[in-house]
Amino acid sequence: MRARIAHIASNTFREAVRDRVLYNLIVFALLMSGASILVGQISINIERLVVINLGLTAVSLFGMVIAIFIGIGLVSKEIEKRTLYTVLSRPVRRWEFIVGKFFGLAGTLVVNTFFMAIGVFAALLYVSHSFQKPDAWVLVALYFIILQFLIITALTLFFSSFSSPLLSAVFAFSLFVIGSFAEDLRGFAGITQGVTRWLATGAAYLVPNFSALNVISSVAHSNPVSGQLILYNSAYALVYATVAISGAVLVFEHRNLK
Amino acid sequence: MSGSRRVTLVFSVLLAGCLSASVLLLRRLDQARTDATLEEVLYISSPKALKRLSLGYDGLLADIYWTRAVQYFGSKHHAGARRYDLLAPLLEITTALDPHLLVAYEYGANFLAPKAPGGAGMPERAIELEEFGIHNNPNEWRLYYNEGFIRYMELKDYAGASEVFARGARVPNAHPFLAILAGKMAEHAGDQQMARMMWSTTYQTTKDNNVRANAAAHLRALQVDEDVANLEALTGRYQQQTGRFPASFSELEAAGLLRGTPRDPFGHTYQLMPDGRVEVRTPDDFPFIQKGTPPGYVPPLAPKFLPAD
Repeated sequence: MRARIAHIASNTFREAVRDRVLYNLIVFALLMSGASILVGQISINIERLVVINLGLTAVSLFGMVIAIFIGIGLVSKEIEKRTLYTVLSRPVRRWEFIVGKFFGLAGTLVVNTFFMAIGVFAALLYVSHSFQKPDAWVLVALYFIILQFLIITALTLFFSSFSSPLLSAVFAFSLFVIGSFAEDLRGFAGITQGVTRWLATGAAYLVPNFSALNVISSVAHSNPVSGQLILYNSAYALVYATVAISGAVLVFEHRNLK
Repeated sequence: MSGSRRVTLVFSVLLAGCLSASVLLLRRLDQARTDATLEEVLYISSPKALKRLSLGYDGLLADIYWTRAVQYFGSKHHAGARRYDLLAPLLEITTALDPHLLVAYEYGANFLAPKAPGGAGMPERAIELEEFGIHNNPNEWRLYYNEGFIRYMELKDYAGASEVFARGARVPNAHPFLAILAGKMAEHAGDQQMARMMWSTTYQTTKDNNVRANAAAHLRALQVDEDVANLEALTGRYQQQTGRFPASFSELEAAGLLRGTPRDPFGHTYQLMPDGRVEVRTPDDFPFIQKGTPPGYVPPLAPKFLPAD
């Protein structure tokens, strides 16, 4: 079972890194990190702030775009090219296929983030001339960004298990936007009453909470991130990704592929 | 059990279990990062910068900031906080993003102006907010009324309040009471009478139940303060006549100083203390009273509001 999942994951990874769009997006992210040096220089004493804010935002946004646009094709492309039938005709279970695809794309995103992070740290080194102790929190922000990618990858996979690529992209991007305002949504639920309160609370807990995973502004101001937050965010991302993957498996397991 | 059924069962259980766990973890996350969203407001505290960054969606962003301001004030107020450092920037950002969001001026100024724990104790910032609102919405008589109210209640600035009420009275469709208030302010009418007039106007003109409940609580407090002052004056007079304080209100009645047993606005009888003081029986029901509380009385952290009527 593990070998089959690992095999699908490695194939997905290899297929993803062959995509030229991926490299274009990484180059754009690196250019934005480089541009942050210029933006910082035309202001007063905020070079480091701009490099971290703009650099990490670029990593996050371009990573999201990569996750969504590669994620939406994971299942549909296999159906379109009829390669899925070849895979499933072998002793590969449908759920193994989904889980393998998830790990393959997640691995791709981790590697991408690593390269984009090198760009951010290079820009940071250029403006500060040396790394400082608070720069370590940038690593935590990057870790949280990877956790965001895991959630959005699982969600994209879930949507692509029953919907067209275009709709999957729309659904995933919409959830990313809504999830970025998840805390405001819960606040809104808190001030409503009756049925609206129940509905708003349900929706607020159902959408992914990306706001807790965004500490870019905080680390740009050299604020530490608590160990408790790291622990809870890690557990939350893991649990939420499992929810979406389970949903994808359940849909895909009962989908008529004929 | 077939393989497919087993997979369905396992992943269904996994889905339900993880969904419940995610809700629990979100609650933990909320506890771990109290006020985190609001603290981030200060990272971009320039309303102009935020307006540019909103890419034209400034109305939506204003609604989000207004919701944040309400949540910030509500949670702090509920906890009995005495400092509201982020309230003014939140309101300034909200109104800069959408200068026509009247609710932010009307309620925001009422959050900012009163002394803690009822509000942030920043009447000057509240007046600045109202002036910004008037500048952008010159035909809204309520904004003039709110500013005059704050000038009178919090700063005792009769001249300023009179001038604002007079300006408001000239606005088309303004409430006729504004002209009367402008005149009364100019005359420096007695504080008690003026306060009652102001809160009565608020009670009668507002459409919001919370504001009406607040006005009703202030009107009840004014009534209690007046009753207690009058009753204590009577017990003082009784002591001058007899050399001792009355043991009960019936002694005051027998002496011809009082008609009937006095009752508070909720219908409870007042308590006559051995030293001649008069107290209410349920001081927590009267959050704004200045008189009639037991010695050393500590009011609850969050004022208790009862139904408006």
